[in-house]
Amino acid sequence: MQFLQLVISGVAQGCIYGLIALGFVLIYKATETVSFAQGELMMLGAFCGLVAMTMLGFPYWLAVLSSIAAMAVFGIVLERLVIRPILGQPAFSIVMLTIGIGYVARGLITMIPGIGTDTQALPVPYKDEIWKIGGNEMGVGALVLNVEHMAVIGATAVLCVLLFALFRYSKLGIAMQAASQNQLAAYYMGIPVQRLNGIAWGLAAAVAAIAGLLLAPITFVHANMGFIGLKAFPAAVVGGFGSLPGAIVGGLLIGIVESLSGFYLPDGFKDTAAYIVVLLMLMVKPNGLFGEKLRKKV
Amino acid sequence: MRFIFKTDYAQDIKLAKHGGHVFWYSALLLLMVAAPWLFAEYWLAQLTFVLIYSIAGLGLMLLAGFTGLFSMGHAAFLGVGAYTHAVLTNMGLPFPLALACAASLSAAVGLIVGLPALRVKGIYLGIATLSFGFIVEEVLARWESVTGGNAGIHIKHPDIFGWVISTGEQFYFLCLVITVAATLGILNLLRSPTGRAFVAIRDSEISAQSMGIHLAYYKTLSFALSAALAGVAGALYAHKLQFISPDQFNILQSIDLLLMIVIGGVGSVHGAFLGAIFLISMPQVISLSKDYLPAVIGQAPGLQGLVYGLVLIAFVLFEPMGLYGRWLKIRTYLQMFPFYRKGMFKRQKSFQKSDRLK
Repeated sequence: MQFLQLVISGVAQGCIYGLIALGFVLIYKATETVSFAQGELMMLGAFCGLVAMTMLGFPYWLAVLSSIAAMAVFGIVLERLVIRPILGQPAFSIVMLTIGIGYVARGLITMIPGIGTDTQALPVPYKDEIWKIGGNEMGVGALVLNVEHMAVIGATAVLCVLLFALFRYSKLGIAMQAASQNQLAAYYMGIPVQRLNGIAWGLAAAVAAIAGLLLAPITFVHANMGFIGLKAFPAAVVGGFGSLPGAIVGGLLIGIVESLSGFYLPDGFKDTAAYIVVLLMLMVKPNGLFGEKLRKKV
Repeated sequence: MRFIFKTDYAQDIKLAKHGGHVFWYSALLLLMVAAPWLFAEYWLAQLTFVLIYSIAGLGLMLLAGFTGLFSMGHAAFLGVGAYTHAVLTNMGLPFPLALACAASLSAAVGLIVGLPALRVKGIYLGIATLSFGFIVEEVLARWESVTGGNAGIHIKHPDIFGWVISTGEQFYFLCLVITVAATLGILNLLRSPTGRAFVAIRDSEISAQSMGIHLAYYKTLSFALSAALAGVAGALYAHKLQFISPDQFNILQSIDLLLMIVIGGVGSVHGAFLGAIFLISMPQVISLSKDYLPAVIGQAPGLQGLVYGLVLIAFVLFEPMGLYGRWLKIRTYLQMFPFYRKGMFKRQKSFQKSDRLK
């Protein structure tokens, strides 16, 4: 029972990693750049939700939808203003640029008086609710399910289905696939590659916002919550950097390993488990679990 | 304009290309030697930090700027060097021996980290080094019998075979000597076949390989040398602060080091120094300007991160060659005064070089 409990909390945490990793993969597939600002986008999404709920007084669902929409617009604007001018430069410059974006986002949030430096709880309707399954009538030995965790798992599953449908059936998704496979050929086919890149950033920012809104009830909203994005990198790599299902599977794997090693292994392994897993993965199978095995040709 | 009349092949690889170089670099060295008598103690300490960061920056520049492998966990090497040096010095080893041990242990760790670098490239390498950085930080915090854990560790004054360096001026000279040695070493390395091989790998791995460069050997060598320099810098850093703890070698420090070489100018030795000057002087400038800003902005805790981020974005967007690139442009403008054209340093926009299928 305890094992199952640990696995469930690991899965919930892993879904968050998976969602952030999904953002990396979306951006990587569309523009072949790696965004180190993904964690910060998640943080901004959570703050959007906080502002919408507490200051503007929106009801829960309206707040969620509006902050996702706001972040999507933010992602598109960000791409247009700072990413597009340097596309085609070495990957290193773009990585540094996104690190810079992360710094700015964190600095700006910290500078907002009142909410920037504190940690706040996001007032969600399902806060602190618990389901119990099984066990005797006293509740001993029952599987205790935190509704916050279940919300994360459920929302991730729904989001995965939506994204799958988007990429499989919609014209937009198919165009994005084409652009990510070969930008030049896609361009010749009349696909507006640049606009698609913008949409990919918007989509990634929206996914990050969802991750932020889901994570916020579990951890609290604060300026440094974006650092969790650094753990989503291992998730993306374990799954194979260019694969959307890989990102979720990698995230789940990292989450479960982390949760189990936190319980069964000595102190200190919980925080490094993700990195140990990714180093092993890079040594054994650098392309990840779902990565395409491709050789670079001259 | 200056025209160099070449009469000898050796002139091509000379360190000082012409009299101007000799004059200006001698003047700089003279200024550095005279610094303890010119500057107040506080500024001398800042200058010492600039020297220490320059050494680490030279190492990272060799790796990122000249071999094209970028490390996002360089603070780990700094940490390994600092802790090795601190532990050995506290055991009573003289400074040069402890420094050599710190450098070689860092280099050994660099070799190990370099191994995945042979299989992975680009962003994967970044993530491998990032992960490694986190693991080292955790080890430093948990291995309490040696490192003192999160409580940190104090370090004695450097002791060069009985001559104890206790004042700031003496330590400054020690750093200066090591920095000059490291700089000359890097410059010499870069004009040697090894250095050329590094640059060839940076420009194109495939063509380097077909020219007969052993990729695995040179990549690991680059990692080891870079880690050794970071280790030396770490040892000096430990002495300067006299107290080290694991959180000084975290991801933020790694990113600071990267930020330093990007702002200084990737791919130039000058860049390491300019970047170090930027990194050390920026907090001073910010704290000085706080008095003139409105309290809402000036007293906000996030100001430094915001400024760093904006400067970084501005440099990547508008001046990818960094501070050194800006200086090159200014110098060229002055040299060719009325004939400078706007497009002279125009960046070439390449098609996206895909790591995946072409």
